[in-house]
Amino acid sequence: MILTLLIALLFLGGLLAWFSERINPAWPRWVALGVLALELLLMLGLLGATPENGWLAEYNRAWLPRFGISLHFAADGLSLLLLLLTAFLGIVAVGSAWNEITGRVGFFYFNLLWTLAGVVGIFTALDLFLFFFFWEVMLIPMYFIIAIWGHENKFYAAKKFFIFTQVSGLLMLVAIAVLAWFHYLQLGFFSFDYFDLLNVRMNRGMEMWVMLGFFIGFATKLPSAPFHNWLPDAHSQAPSAGSIILAGVLLKTGAYGLIRFAVPLFPTAAAEFAPVAMTLAAISILYCAKVAFAQADLKRLIAYTSVSHMGFVTLGVYAWNELALQGAVMTMLAHGLSSAALFMLAGGLQHRIHTRNMFEMGGFWGRVPRMSAVAMFFSIAALGMPGLGNFIGEFLSLLGAFQANPLLTIVSAFGLIFASVYSLWVMQKVFQGKYAGDAFDGSGLRDLDNREMAFYAAMMLGLLWMGVYPQFFLDLSAPTLQALLDGQLGQSLMGVARP
Amino acid sequence: MNLVSMDFAGYTMGASDLIPLLPLIVLTAASVWVMMAIGVKRNYAFALYSTVTGLLLALLMAHGLMLRPEFAAMPLLGMDSYAQFFTVLICAAAIGVCLLGHNYWSEFDDQREEFLLLLLLATLGAVVLAGANHFASLLLGLEILGMSLYGMLAYPVQSRQHKGHALEATIKYLILSAVSTAMILFGVALVFAETGSLAFSGLENLPAGPGIAFSTLALLLISAGIAFKLSLFPFHIWTPDVYEGAPAPASAFLATIGKLAVFIVLLRIVVETRALGMAPVVIVFSLLALLSIIAGNLLALLQDNLKRILAYSSIAHMGYLLIAIIASFYSDGPIGIEAVSFYLLAYVVMTLGAFGVVALVSSHAGERDGIADYQGLFWRRPWLAASFTGMLLSLAGIPLTAGFIGKFYLILAGVESGLWLLLGALVAGSGIGLYYYLRIVYRMLLPEPENAPALEQGSAGFAVVLALFVLLIVFGVYPASLMHLIEAIAL
Repeated sequence: MILTLLIALLFLGGLLAWFSERINPAWPRWVALGVLALELLLMLGLLGATPENGWLAEYNRAWLPRFGISLHFAADGLSLLLLLLTAFLGIVAVGSAWNEITGRVGFFYFNLLWTLAGVVGIFTALDLFLFFFFWEVMLIPMYFIIAIWGHENKFYAAKKFFIFTQVSGLLMLVAIAVLAWFHYLQLGFFSFDYFDLLNVRMNRGMEMWVMLGFFIGFATKLPSAPFHNWLPDAHSQAPSAGSIILAGVLLKTGAYGLIRFAVPLFPTAAAEFAPVAMTLAAISILYCAKVAFAQADLKRLIAYTSVSHMGFVTLGVYAWNELALQGAVMTMLAHGLSSAALFMLAGGLQHRIHTRNMFEMGGFWGRVPRMSAVAMFFSIAALGMPGLGNFIGEFLSLLGAFQANPLLTIVSAFGLIFASVYSLWVMQKVFQGKYAGDAFDGSGLRDLDNREMAFYAAMMLGLLWMGVYPQFFLDLSAPTLQALLDGQLGQSLMGVARP
Repeated sequence: MNLVSMDFAGYTMGASDLIPLLPLIVLTAASVWVMMAIGVKRNYAFALYSTVTGLLLALLMAHGLMLRPEFAAMPLLGMDSYAQFFTVLICAAAIGVCLLGHNYWSEFDDQREEFLLLLLLATLGAVVLAGANHFASLLLGLEILGMSLYGMLAYPVQSRQHKGHALEATIKYLILSAVSTAMILFGVALVFAETGSLAFSGLENLPAGPGIAFSTLALLLISAGIAFKLSLFPFHIWTPDVYEGAPAPASAFLATIGKLAVFIVLLRIVVETRALGMAPVVIVFSLLALLSIIAGNLLALLQDNLKRILAYSSIAHMGYLLIAIIASFYSDGPIGIEAVSFYLLAYVVMTLGAFGVVALVSSHAGERDGIADYQGLFWRRPWLAASFTGMLLSLAGIPLTAGFIGKFYLILAGVESGLWLLLGALVAGSGIGLYYYLRIVYRMLLPEPENAPALEQGSAGFAVVLALFVLLIVFGVYPASLMHLIEAIAL
């Protein structure tokens, strides 16, 4: 019940935010903040729930009985970690949009909350049709966020984002339909329920094709090379709040899909496909790190580094052992925070000096010491400094991946070195060296205020926590991951709703 | 007359046989009533009320008869559950067009009443098609529908304020429609020569052995004629010009009911006779579907006129629908039929909604159908723009809308029959389709232009669009009861 409440609250909160604009243009952001704070509290409440069969909460009700489709939501430790990340970054996004978004405010927060509603649906849906439903639902508001409040080339970026995700999503829908059809052939009735579909057996060729349908859907969202093309455009054109949600949360839905669906539903095909997926991961890590280095646009650079870091997630998932999976989950969480912070910084900088071109910047440390220090912290986090969350994640996934494929792991490890190169290069280019001159004297280049500092501090604490005491997060996700590895996920709390 | 009499052997009509025909009788009576009322005294409001009442009555009767299988087939018109279901849909769509037209014609400087009369007659033709199970009734329905449509498409030509190309559109439609009817007639004649029957069930007796070339030719001629009416590639060339030139309510009627009625017959022929079983016919249909999806979507990319975009996208949608038709040939399950039924319903809702917005924004004096005319609509008329966005996203097959459930049905039907190539085309076509739908959405999101002309507020038409929007969302979010109904009425 609590899970439907989480989703309904976001949908209704979105409508409320939109309509409250008519009363007072300052209200939508307060409504959004209140709704998200409430979400976070509800989710924290779930932390204390005692798991049954590994599930902390579940809801199951028939939706479209003709095809055995139900409103089946459930959350375990893995879902909960990602839900917490979603609500937290939602609050951060509201904070970054607080003064930046000035036009059509109500509609903006409406879209923001509806995107998050879609994401919460994705992290909790256990019916594949329902999952796909939310998968697409989150696209439309995100499209609006980029297309209305984006920067100079927004339409191109928004359209590209939408078409890439939609087409790959449709391939996934075809794959879901095939899976359900095989279930019908084998058991005589339609079902889209996760627990039912886990039992479907297919011949080798078919399983591979269907698995590929899922993989393309998820790899496009993740993104993994060669499906990453939409991401730099979407990120560089989106407003900061949009980038935060995109990088921090939306990309994680792809990784979550791989862990929850793409591998467990097709164990044999996934094992066969693992070397290919891990090769793609290694290519993502190295190639996108290299491309990031060549960017002049600050946001594009961070976008490419995101692709590179998400490569470690793919690597960890397809190594498919506990260490590697733990690493993948930690990377998702840590990258969620660090990339969100970096995009917020880049967006804040653009809001102040109206450019993202690094070659026009330089020597900002003297002018904006707080901002520079914060940037330093998150750059170092992103490059994988021990003591911060990203290190734990990437180290664990490399450690686990080494057991599965030593060669690719060794190659991928070079990604850490590249990360240091581009992170430090950005720091030097933007914040150190000679002050870029008087061009920015008249502009609004000012230091972070207390409100902004509070958000950055919260994210810093999160990363420190993950880096110093990761056991808390590992303990939460361990039962889920262990069950996935053992193939023991086939039990649901409430049984399956059947017509 | 004797020639066809064998189809009726042993059949005598009783009074109880009139019951399933009630919707048809009501529509006929309403047409006569409106005609006489106009003859006595011209009063637009009265004619409108009469028309809407007649359509509503027919709708209610069809609804009452919908799940009553005891009123089954007759030799000429099989007004079974399937036909009654679509009668409801046709009448509802016709009411929608009526009310949209009310707004569109409000300042018209010529007689307005006859448009309603033509609309009633065209609806009658469509209902005949919904029940047709005999080539005689097929042609009867097609011609009643077609003849009335010529009048509707050319309706504003006498008006001095009219600046469009309604006459050009009509002539194009008239000639090509006549050609396609002639092709169907030729095909039907060949079928009759071979089997001696004009009932659809006679197609079963077409020789498959030595006479297969003859049979194939007959079926291909009929298919080509139907493909013309459905504007499938490569028989689509008339569509964009006609949609663009005709007044928006007439285009809306043609695009929704005109397509719907023909598709209902096609599905009935395919399901009841296995006519696709003639070897090359199914290949031809697959090719038609494939080419329609690709060509329709690609050509729509190049357009700047909304009605032309909708025309090309309707070509693609007809291609999507054909996938389910082909699927219902390959597998015996009912999913193909259900898919067609659901998608047709969704298609009518979203197409009528999209044309409805165009009709609301335009008037008889000038069509406002360039994409640029819609710039900033989101900030000028938020509800109208939100509805339009909903319609376009539904056409693109995005969740929360009926179009998504429809597309899901099609994919399921395609998967069931293993039509991988066509499913691939569906996915690719949807991707291309998004591009031009999003272009329109984006235009509406832009800041409004400086000297934008004021938009009239048409309350009746606006209510129709909003109602369609609500239906779109309801069928997209909770379609369980509709799915149940469609399962019950499937052939």
